[in-house]
Amino acid sequence: MKNNVIEVSNIFKYYGEVLAVDGVTLTVFKGETLGLIGHNGAGKSTLFKMMLGLIPPTSGTININSTPVHGGAFRELRRSIGYLPENVVFYDNLTGLETLQFFAALKGCERDKCLPLLEKVGLAHAATRRVDGYSKGMRQRLGFAQALLGKPSILFLDEPTTGLDPEGIREFYSILHELNTQGVTVIITSHILSEIQERVQRLAVLKSGKLHALGTVQALRESVDLPLTIQVQQQCSANTLQVALQGVALESLTVADKTAIIRCHRAHKMEVLRRLGSLGDALQDVVVKEPTLEDVFLGYAG
Amino acid sequence: MLNIEISQIKIIAAKEFRDRIRNRWVIAVAIIFTAFALAITYFGSAQQGEVGLRNIEVTIASLVSLVIYLIPLIALILGYDAIVGERERGSLDLLLSMPITRLELLLGKFLGLSAALTSATLAGFGLVGLLLAYQIDLNALYHYAGFMVSAILLGMVFLSLAVMVSVIAKDRARASGGAISVWFLFVLVYDLLLLGVLVLSGGSFGEELFPLLLLLNPADIFRILNIFSMEDIKVFYGLATVFPTSLSSPWLLGSVMIAWIIMPLTVALWRFK
Repeated sequence: MKNNVIEVSNIFKYYGEVLAVDGVTLTVFKGETLGLIGHNGAGKSTLFKMMLGLIPPTSGTININSTPVHGGAFRELRRSIGYLPENVVFYDNLTGLETLQFFAALKGCERDKCLPLLEKVGLAHAATRRVDGYSKGMRQRLGFAQALLGKPSILFLDEPTTGLDPEGIREFYSILHELNTQGVTVIITSHILSEIQERVQRLAVLKSGKLHALGTVQALRESVDLPLTIQVQQQCSANTLQVALQGVALESLTVADKTAIIRCHRAHKMEVLRRLGSLGDALQDVVVKEPTLEDVFLGYAG
Repeated sequence: MLNIEISQIKIIAAKEFRDRIRNRWVIAVAIIFTAFALAITYFGSAQQGEVGLRNIEVTIASLVSLVIYLIPLIALILGYDAIVGERERGSLDLLLSMPITRLELLLGKFLGLSAALTSATLAGFGLVGLLLAYQIDLNALYHYAGFMVSAILLGMVFLSLAVMVSVIAKDRARASGGAISVWFLFVLVYDLLLLGVLVLSGGSFGEELFPLLLLLNPADIFRILNIFSMEDIKVFYGLATVFPTSLSSPWLLGSVMIAWIIMPLTVALWRFK
């Protein structure tokens, strides 16, 4: 049986008349990386803040390691939780190192761990510079370092790669991967879906405050059954191609010069490929494209 | 409920205090206090054609009149931003995700800012006190020390009110409006209203109620604390003369001031959800 770390059960959150989170039930397992996706205003950040005990839900319960997040006992657990808020803001008058030391003191971890952490996120060169001179990417790196203070066992990362350049994003995910192999549980939101689809084990899709879908990337793809795209390089005429594929249920077939684009459902993929095989030498190349997570996401949350 | 970790309060307080030292807030306010105190002490009687220290009691009374305007204003400016500023900038969520309770955060902010204001008060008026120490007797020095202690308490009362405003206000603009309103109410409007009522009622309006109404204004308590002990001065202050001796113990008045520090903080904690 899997080890439940976070248990969100039947959470509702009203802001006045507005329903921001609508009956969400969600379990996060130990050591997994869960991606939380949804449009702006779908309730991601509100759900995040409720999981961290920053705002109370209107009804429902949230437990982390079987401890209610709105109770006094949660304080101890906070030491082992790292949080990187969306658009993290620090104190402009402190240096990067002082910023980390301030939060390290609050978390009760050692001051001499701060400099190595800054090195880890690539900020050692700016450790003694004031934060007001930091770029957006540097602030984000500092925010990540802050979230890693005290070796957290659970990480909440709200749009963590905003403002990072491609190299920064790569470095970020390599650190995240390292943590994941150490058994750290990670919940991450991102709007760059192609970025997280290779890096999360499960996805939770929020739409208008409701949990719209939950599962592995593969399971989500299969459940929506979006058509695959098969790109064919061939030498024969459009007519020959049409004849070869006659009788197979296709979504669409477009032929332009020597390239044909075929869209069909997964169930028909092998049949299409067999028929294409009958073209013999006229067939030069076949590329099968799975629907991207963007497609799944738009299918669900669009 | 009362699961308080002193160390967390100290960390927040130390940061607030260090910030005010670094951005030279403490030294700037200390210089303002020194300048005003020196001006009042040495040039306060210039209109009478004299320069220099004349009468310590008159000097303290003049300082009281100055401080009663200045310290509440400075305290409110210092504190109105404490919570709403963090909220508006967006740093409050991160702070609250740390192992710290809201009570600890509030107390840390309040105590750190209090330390900054207290340092400025001690440095500013203390310097002048040292200069005075050579020219006045021990009893006068005792009054001056009392003046400084009560000025510190007055600052803490208005800081507490400022922190309350800072928790209740939705944004910084409203918080600054709220802080200015608090200043107007306690420093300007309250006494005028009381005097108005007293005059209109021809003095018949509850002689027992009146002193209690004065206790509802921390600025008035500060004034009574400082001038009640000085017979020469008492006669200059209309409101203070109606104050009964039974209520004028410095310990009682000091306790009321401390209650005035605790109450706004309690309201702040209650509203800080």
